[in-house]
Amino acid sequence: MAVAEIRIELKKGVADPEGQNTKKALELLGFEGISSVRSMKFFQVELDLEGDEAVQACEEMCRKLLANPVIQSYSVQLK
Amino acid sequence: MENNGVKRMRPEEIKVCVLRIEGTNCEEETHRAFAAVGCSPEMVHLNQLTGHGAASARRSLEDYDALAFPGGFSAGDYVRAGAIFAARAKSALGKEIKDFVVAEKPVIGICNGFQILVELGLLPATDGISDVPTAALFTNDSGRFECRPTYLRNESRGKCIFTKKIGRGRTVMFPSAHAEGKLMSADRRFVDRLEDNDQVVFRYVSPDGRSAGYPWNPNGSASDIAGICNPAGNVLGLMPHPERALDAYTAPDWTRRHKKEGDGLAVFRSMVESLSP
Repeated sequence: MAVAEIRIELKKGVADPEGQNTKKALELLGFEGISSVRSMKFFQVELDLEGDEAVQACEEMCRKLLANPVIQSYSVQLK
Repeated sequence: MENNGVKRMRPEEIKVCVLRIEGTNCEEETHRAFAAVGCSPEMVHLNQLTGHGAASARRSLEDYDALAFPGGFSAGDYVRAGAIFAARAKSALGKEIKDFVVAEKPVIGICNGFQILVELGLLPATDGISDVPTAALFTNDSGRFECRPTYLRNESRGKCIFTKKIGRGRTVMFPSAHAEGKLMSADRRFVDRLEDNDQVVFRYVSPDGRSAGYPWNPNGSASDIAGICNPAGNVLGLMPHPERALDAYTAPDWTRRHKKEGDGLAVFRSMVESLSP
């Protein structure tokens, strides 16, 4: 049994309107000195596998559904 | 009738599969669009094609002559717009859908349906059908849902079977309603290659037919592209909704234009003509 944390982020150079709009909203609320806000997705997956097998299964999930390789990169970390 | 090995059909013989899953919500309009041009459309849930449910409800994709992925949303558009519909369709029906496309049967994806076709690797498919997406329909530059009439110029030089009844260079009005419609690719020559292959079908323009940026282009799409087809021309994906422009009276300027019908009908009529000239 493993708990995997999967992080999906936008590749470098891909504009991030959600992050930019969130930054603007935070500044409107009075927060100062924010140099950037980036949006990303985070999934926690519990699965009946261990170690490398669990990581490989999660990477397969990223390739098949969770990430679009044109705009997104992924990373998998076991907790 | 056979003509050059291609079966010629009467419009009512054309069976159209309007495919939906949980959360699809433009299947009624899409069904109506195909019925309005004389076809025999049917709303089919993905599960009906994968052997689930009662025997009387089961269907086979190969029994249909055309396939439509309607717009709206699907599976809550969690993960990414259209991603869950595409992943489920691919795992359950990947080969059947691929065979359908390779047989050059007509396939249209509207809005969420376009996002699904891109996620399936069926568009742009410039180098053939791909296992992973080679393009993305990403969040609008404005960062919000953009919903209004949009003007589109027919850019097809003749390959796309869905625009043959719309003159090349003619401007039509279909409504747009999406938050993720910005067509992108990692390939620097993406737009050039689409142009070379006659795969650019619609571009967003101003009402007088010129390239004019936001707000006429609602999402910041590369080179103002609103719709593309595959290299063979039988698969069309577009963000705006032709099925919401069937009647003259739903156009915002209907009192001034005096048209008999909405601009969207021509898309469906073109498909019928390609099967039953």
